[in-house]
Amino acid sequence: MRSLIDIQDLTPTEIDELISVANDIIANPKKYSEVCRGKKLATLFFEPSTRTRLSFEAAMYELGGNVMSVSSGSSSSASKGESVADTAKTVSCYADIIAMRHPKEGAPLVAAMNASIPVINAGDGGHNHPTQTLTDLLTISREKGRLSDLTVGFCGDLKFGRTVHSLISALSRYTGIKIVLISPEELKVPNYITDDVLDRNGIAYEETTDLITALPSLDILYMTRVQRERFFNEEDYLRLKDSYILTPDKLRHARKDLSIMHPLPRVNEIAVAIDDDPRACYFKQVYNGKIVRMALIMKLLEVSV
Amino acid sequence: MNIDSIKNGIVIDHITAGRGMELYRLLSLEELDCTVALIKNVGSRKMGKKDIIKIDADIDISMDILGYVDKDVTVNIIKGGVIVEKKQIALPERLVDVIKCKNPRCITSTEQELPHIFRLTDSERRVYRCLYCESAAEK
Repeated sequence: MRSLIDIQDLTPTEIDELISVANDIIANPKKYSEVCRGKKLATLFFEPSTRTRLSFEAAMYELGGNVMSVSSGSSSSASKGESVADTAKTVSCYADIIAMRHPKEGAPLVAAMNASIPVINAGDGGHNHPTQTLTDLLTISREKGRLSDLTVGFCGDLKFGRTVHSLISALSRYTGIKIVLISPEELKVPNYITDDVLDRNGIAYEETTDLITALPSLDILYMTRVQRERFFNEEDYLRLKDSYILTPDKLRHARKDLSIMHPLPRVNEIAVAIDDDPRACYFKQVYNGKIVRMALIMKLLEVSV
Repeated sequence: MNIDSIKNGIVIDHITAGRGMELYRLLSLEELDCTVALIKNVGSRKMGKKDIIKIDADIDISMDILGYVDKDVTVNIIKGGVIVEKKQIALPERLVDVIKCKNPRCITSTEQELPHIFRLTDSERRVYRCLYCESAAEK
């Protein structure tokens, strides 16, 4: 019985297998429409998240399975003081697999240590969100046909963005990867990413504050939001915020085959006018997220076609 | 200063000067009824200065705590007034309930019954990270 708590729990070979199943689901959806008949997914979401929960639930329904849902901490036993361990043991008696989001870092791991069914981490605070990383890897693979020999730019808030840290760490296991880190000084990627992930794996990277000069070299541009509350003062925020907004004008500097990604939700960091540009992939990412969760649920439930 | 030699017990020698008290606390030596001596800043040819702890009883002490605080200490087991065993200390791979995670966002901050577990993630730099939230232990 396996769980997925951290993207590093999966080997690159297992990720390749998931991508391959995901591609087959996209090509032959009917083949998979009954594989989880009689199985139940419990979505335990102890903090609000509409899209991730819907993505998991849609994934299970499309596999022919059923879904039981706890949508917020206040309506569950957690509000009565039940521990994560007890919740996991209890839900193990009802469901076949759990997807858990929790505001506390490490809560899904505690659930996995106590459950007798697989647990999928659907986001634990600012810590891990491995199914977002699988979504990103599937999207890159489908857009580029490979996960190696790519120059990937990350732009915006690289300090607090868990999706960025997790994707950098997943990409660092592939060959020929170059990373370009584009952010204001205040929101640079933390040292443990540059030292423990990039340097340790010998990944070439550069840090810059200028999106326009970085754009021409990129195969992938992964945008994130620069949030006002991350800045110490309003002046710095106002000075910097527009530098990290992608507009059609800035996009003139990019390659024709660039892929623009974003974990969503977007606020204003990608101009709506770019949505119709063939290089925009962020809504494809949402679709890919559902598909890769289908492949993951199948893997953890050990079902096949 | 003279401290009596011990007949049956443990001598923790070559403690980096200044770390003796931390070891004393983490090993909960204040709870013992037997004679315990913590000697600070003892002159040492090899180290310049060192701390020593002498425990006048044959008790089990946690090698993990010793390894975590100061892996270069030597532990001499004394029986009948002579050293019968010298224990080698290694950096422990896992620490259970030795140190606490200080990250307020960690699940251990709200669920009190969970053991505080740290894993050695970088033996060169002696970095321990919380099993649950991966925050580095503060030294």
